[in-house]
Amino acid sequence: MRTVLTIGRNLAVLGYVLFALFPLYWLLKIAVTPDRLIYTEGTALWPTTFTFDNFRTVIFYSDFMVFFSNSVIVSLCSAALATLIAAAAGYSFSRFRFRGKSIIVVLMLVTQMFPLLMIITPIYKIVATLGLLNTLTSLIVVYTAFNIPFATFLMQSFFDGIPKDLDEAAMMDGCTRLQALRKVILPLTLPGLAATLGFVFTAAWSELLFALMLINSNDSMTFPVGLLTFVSKFSVDWGQMMAAGVLALLPSCLFFVFIQRYLVQGLTAGAVKG
Amino acid sequence: MNTAVTPAVATPGSRRSWRAVLRTAAEPWLYLSPALIFIMLVMLVPLVIGISYAFQAISLMNPLESGWVGLANFEALYEDRKFWKSLKNTAYWTIASVFFQFFLGLGLALLLNHGFYGRRLVQALVFLPWAVPTFLSALTWAWLFNPVIGPLPHWLAAIGILSEPYNILSDPNIAIWGPIVANIWFGIPFFAITLLAALQSIPHDLYEAAAIDGASAWQGFIKITLPFLAPMIAITVMLRAIWVANFADLIFVMTGGGPANSTQIISTYIFTTAFRKLDFGYASAIAVVLLVLLLIYAAVLLRLRQSLRLVN
Repeated sequence: MRTVLTIGRNLAVLGYVLFALFPLYWLLKIAVTPDRLIYTEGTALWPTTFTFDNFRTVIFYSDFMVFFSNSVIVSLCSAALATLIAAAAGYSFSRFRFRGKSIIVVLMLVTQMFPLLMIITPIYKIVATLGLLNTLTSLIVVYTAFNIPFATFLMQSFFDGIPKDLDEAAMMDGCTRLQALRKVILPLTLPGLAATLGFVFTAAWSELLFALMLINSNDSMTFPVGLLTFVSKFSVDWGQMMAAGVLALLPSCLFFVFIQRYLVQGLTAGAVKG
Repeated sequence: MNTAVTPAVATPGSRRSWRAVLRTAAEPWLYLSPALIFIMLVMLVPLVIGISYAFQAISLMNPLESGWVGLANFEALYEDRKFWKSLKNTAYWTIASVFFQFFLGLGLALLLNHGFYGRRLVQALVFLPWAVPTFLSALTWAWLFNPVIGPLPHWLAAIGILSEPYNILSDPNIAIWGPIVANIWFGIPFFAITLLAALQSIPHDLYEAAAIDGASAWQGFIKITLPFLAPMIAITVMLRAIWVANFADLIFVMTGGGPANSTQIISTYIFTTAFRKLDFGYASAIAVVLLVLLLIYAAVLLRLRQSLRLVN
């Protein structure tokens, strides 16, 4: 009975692992299948020969590097801005008690609940009026704002993990609050800052709908928009599309490997939002 | 300002302390202000403007016919069969997705909580879909369902679900299951992560005590695990349902709402109306209806929570 149970359990685990990995394996498989073989063995489980031609074409002979660098710029700037702003706000939530705090907390929670698509038309109009359509700036500002509430709660939970005695002791010793923050608290929250940075980066990296709305010139497309446009234009270049897909996957996977160990403990603090 | 409030007889010392009080009161707001400014300007102001759009005719296709139209957008919405269909699809999509995400996520969390050789590696692998950008999950699954380069139609035909290997995303009767499967794949890790964290917070002695009293593993699950998990389950399922109902990316990329609107949900309908038809007034009217529905949902939830508390 016991062994049956163990075997059943292992099979179930195996099932989950296969389900999770199969689509990614397939992406990689088609990306390395030579073009001439796609139609004959497109659905075979294993390619008979493989090639990196698709990656070469995508990297050197297409617009994807432009999309890639646009996405890196947008994601990095949004992540840096949002983390900085959220760190200040999270610090305020963690260290002060003040009138109106609960209202602000509720306000931030509400922004997490209402459908962001509600504001896609006014945002478009405002951005158009400011003459910022087709600029990366508009995306950076929008993504920063969207991610501030979640990042603030995340940063607050990291600050809460640092005993208040530490800043009080530093202020006792003659530091101002800002000095205490800079010299004592911030070094201790570096992992928290890094995690927040990563979360905003990945969120900005994968955002599609606002980028579609606000950007339509090739030069300022981010990766998701570029890939989708490519798909609807050249929907037979399977190998290249999937090679581009693998490239889009890289930054998120790097970040994932990095936060893996915090995942269960650290994420629950703000896990309500996916 | 300060001097006007401070009594004329006050010593300089007390005046300074007044300032200190003011400074202490302002300090938390100082740290909060950049966040508040961003949220105000990029989210709340557009929200109000967006609601006002619902009562106007704003279409970039015919910019001349713009202006206030009262409830005309909502009247058109009431007559719109596409809208009612997408409302029904939203319910179907949300319930089916959350149902499978939750039960498969719970199963995974229980397996991972058990502990076995190589657990850390397995955990990293099964949580990986969560890290995949949504547009890429959508494209990958769309490709998997494509009979030219994807194996799924052939497998489904082999086990008799499909009569021949064709793309289910182009069959109006079952197309919605394409995005639902992708959503399940993408959402299992979320439930597994939150439920695993909750499972790990259950004190171990409870199970030991139950085992000494002769309880079976199943009894332990029903009497200890479930009651402990219940609050976490209720909160995550309800919030997740909102999130999934609003989640347009997968459907938009995989089917664009088609074929024949069979996969159109409210949020994709908003997006396609704004993005393809550039009819901002009508898109905003749909969005306002969605907002009202969500508010009702939230109110019902709060009510339920209160009455549950009373029972307990």
